[in-house]
Amino acid sequence: MRGRSRRIVWAGLAVVVAVAVPQTAWWDLNHTVFAQAVVSGLLIGGVYSLVAMGLSLVFGVLDIINFAHGALMTITIYVSYLLFQNYGVDPYVSLVVTIPLMFVVGVGIQRFAINPVMDAPVHNQLLLTLGIAIIIENLALVLFTGTPRSIELAYARNEFDLGVVTLDFPLRVFGAVVSLPKLIAFLVALLLAGVLYLLIQRTQLGAAIRASAQEPEGAELVGIDVRRIYMITFGIGAACVGAAGSLVLPFLFVAPTAGATFTIIAFVVVVLGGMGSIPGALVGGLVIGLTQELTQLFVPGAKFLGVFIVFLAVLLFRPEGIFGKAGR
Amino acid sequence: MIRLRRIAAASSRDLLILLGVVAVLALVPLGVSRFTLSVATVALIFGLAGIGWNVLSGFAGQFSFGHAAYFGLGAYTVAVTFTKYSISPWLGLVLGGMVAAIFGLLTGWISFRFGLKGAYFALATFALAELLRLTFNKFDYVGAGVGIPIPLAGGDSWGSLRFENTPAIRYFVALGLVALGTLAVIIIKRSRVGNRMLAVREDEDAAASLGINPLRAKLVAIAVSGFITAVAGGYYAMFLMFVDPDLAFGPFISVAILLRPIVGGVGTIWGPVVGAAILSVLGEVTRSLVRDPPSFLQVIEGVNGLDQVMFGLILVVVIIRAPDGVIGLFRRFRKRSSQ
Amino acid sequence: MSTILEIKGAIKRFGGLTAVDNISLDVAEGEILGIIGPNGAGKTTLFNLISGAIPPDEGEVVFNGERIDHLAPYVIAERGVVRTFQIVKPFGGLTVFENVLVAAFLRRSDPLEAAAHATSVLEYVGLGAFADRQSKGMTLAGRKRLELARTLATDPKVLLLDEVLAGLTPTEGAEMVTLVKAIRDGGVTIVVIEHVMAAIMALSDRIAVIHHGELLAVGLPSEIAKDPKVIEAYLGKEFHAPD
Repeated sequence: MRGRSRRIVWAGLAVVVAVAVPQTAWWDLNHTVFAQAVVSGLLIGGVYSLVAMGLSLVFGVLDIINFAHGALMTITIYVSYLLFQNYGVDPYVSLVVTIPLMFVVGVGIQRFAINPVMDAPVHNQLLLTLGIAIIIENLALVLFTGTPRSIELAYARNEFDLGVVTLDFPLRVFGAVVSLPKLIAFLVALLLAGVLYLLIQRTQLGAAIRASAQEPEGAELVGIDVRRIYMITFGIGAACVGAAGSLVLPFLFVAPTAGATFTIIAFVVVVLGGMGSIPGALVGGLVIGLTQELTQLFVPGAKFLGVFIVFLAVLLFRPEGIFGKAGR
Repeated sequence: MIRLRRIAAASSRDLLILLGVVAVLALVPLGVSRFTLSVATVALIFGLAGIGWNVLSGFAGQFSFGHAAYFGLGAYTVAVTFTKYSISPWLGLVLGGMVAAIFGLLTGWISFRFGLKGAYFALATFALAELLRLTFNKFDYVGAGVGIPIPLAGGDSWGSLRFENTPAIRYFVALGLVALGTLAVIIIKRSRVGNRMLAVREDEDAAASLGINPLRAKLVAIAVSGFITAVAGGYYAMFLMFVDPDLAFGPFISVAILLRPIVGGVGTIWGPVVGAAILSVLGEVTRSLVRDPPSFLQVIEGVNGLDQVMFGLILVVVIIRAPDGVIGLFRRFRKRSSQ
Repeated sequence: MSTILEIKGAIKRFGGLTAVDNISLDVAEGEILGIIGPNGAGKTTLFNLISGAIPPDEGEVVFNGERIDHLAPYVIAERGVVRTFQIVKPFGGLTVFENVLVAAFLRRSDPLEAAAHATSVLEYVGLGAFADRQSKGMTLAGRKRLELARTLATDPKVLLLDEVLAGLTPTEGAEMVTLVKAIRDGGVTIVVIEHVMAAIMALSDRIAVIHHGELLAVGLPSEIAKDPKVIEAYLGKEFHAPD
């Protein structure tokens, strides 16, 4: 109960700040930039949440810390890019391809690479996934070279008449600019997060996954094929981060190291939100997105500095994260 | 007692092996190209960095994914003290080692006091290295993103550790540093300090029940580890005549540092050196294949990153099939053939 | 005989449960004190309080006239109060010899001296032939003996043995009892937690009975066997004192 009342206090403080700050002189001068930072932070935070959820799920069920998580995203960024460049496939449509593809890739990686080290010491698991990340990223380098590429969506600056309201992109919200690709990424990310949540909480597969996470031996006893669950879970985690890859294609540079940043961010989010907690990943993603953009506002060119400081602070003071249970 | 004689013999055996290895490696500069000598020198430098890493992660069992922090601190200390204050790089190496040791003690103390272990500790080391990289990127005193170039001496200079005319000397100095590092490790492993690290690695509670202070053992490990790796970093700066934040603190440096002991054999005395030898050979073979491939491999000509793919594959294969590295394989083979 | 270890009014609570409830106990130098009691009575918690694994909420632990409660476990071990663990904790990646060597370094800093001492301790407990074996490959009896050897190598003054006979065959158990007696004869004070009734009754000079965290009775084994409170606590199950 004390934990919950503390959270209420924090939420209350946030509301007070949100109401009081706009009354200050500083706000009059800077609110546009500030609003922009908040909006950008939330938008990218949604994508971070999706990426982190996959990581958190994998950790919660398999107890594996997957250093190759972001590299999986690199795969789908390139796949979606190729589909767009060579066949004109819209990145959001390519989700139909990339999500199942990454599921299969994830299952494969779990089956052939991760499974052998499930009982090995933690550092070996980290090293293994690190090796996989190195392979994927450098294969991308070999196949596509390091030249960064990008795509431009033809309809990114269009007007959309939704009947009741007309949206003219880029939107202006509280003086902040909201671009269409980022908004779509945010919304789809949240949508997929919701789908994932329902999958885990409301389906039989989800129940089997939760059982395998909490009590693998007990789950075996009641007839759950835990090995298969592990493969499926890893596949789902890969599919999440893979989806994120297709979503960010319209507004990020395509380069072999594109996914690497997301690995680091995903770790920070997962530790912040609590390893194994899906709601934690959601909240954590938004918080980190905000941290990133707000730090950029106050210390230009060092947005990840703030992220890492938060990371270290969480590791030291509350390693179980916001939604985790205390006592590692 | 037979056992005591055997223990004394083991120590002298290690020293003999060290002399043997140094003697063999000293022959490398004879009859190899300047380029190959450079490659060999870099292999030695990263071997030394790996020797340092091995003390913390292999002996004390605290896996570090951010050893570039120490490497970079050593590199920058040498670069800054030499270019701004004309301090001899020899002294700079020692100073760099001390800066790294202090950094290790401070961050180690905070991390261990807060009970960071295993994966969380590894992630924290990674975050620290990145933090240093981002910070050094912003400060003009250390050249910010541009880095610090080290001026050419226009010849050989023992005092300022620059050997542009005679790369062989550069190689021998590196070899000397590796020999010193290995000697230090040999001494540590048989000493009280080293044995305590091993105990803490295996079981902290059991170690404490035998009068060992786990925090102290880990702090000593991190300080020694940081010092050795920083010396390697400092020497690397003089080798490259340049240092910048990515080169010093980048994640690929952390990976390169840990890859050698992992492949060679974590927690062993010779693991880092064996690993460095294997990886540098494989790396060079791959790179020369890419530069000038045979006709049936024409497609890989000029391709970037193939050697890294190979390193990744090696890491994956080693972890799955031979987590104790090459030396571990060798020991298993010896045990099986003696049965 | 002087008192070497005193527990004064120790209390330890875990949430709503009082695991150790106002226990006061004196241990005489050179004696073997057995501690018995039903499972969950608080015996291992008491050990944890003495060895420093957890601090008492109230009360003191005094060793050789100095308070050792609230000190770190390694400090207490350094002072001479050493324990074994209910579930043995060998240094798995090290050989049997290396396990004991680590412990020998507590009082000796020279590697050769420590090695000599470790070797003699191994011979003493009968593990000399296993010196180069991987410790994780040893049988349970071997690992228990190794744990004992480790503690001995620190030259302890007080040894806390936590169920050192559990899981051993009667033969192995008898060997262990002989060893423990020999250790005491060498001048070490020993406090033993044990469930194997016959063994602890034969081994101990005095016995303390703990039940529900409270000290039920302390005395000679023959007295304890006849104590009605003790018999009631055990429902007279495995209770046959050697007459």
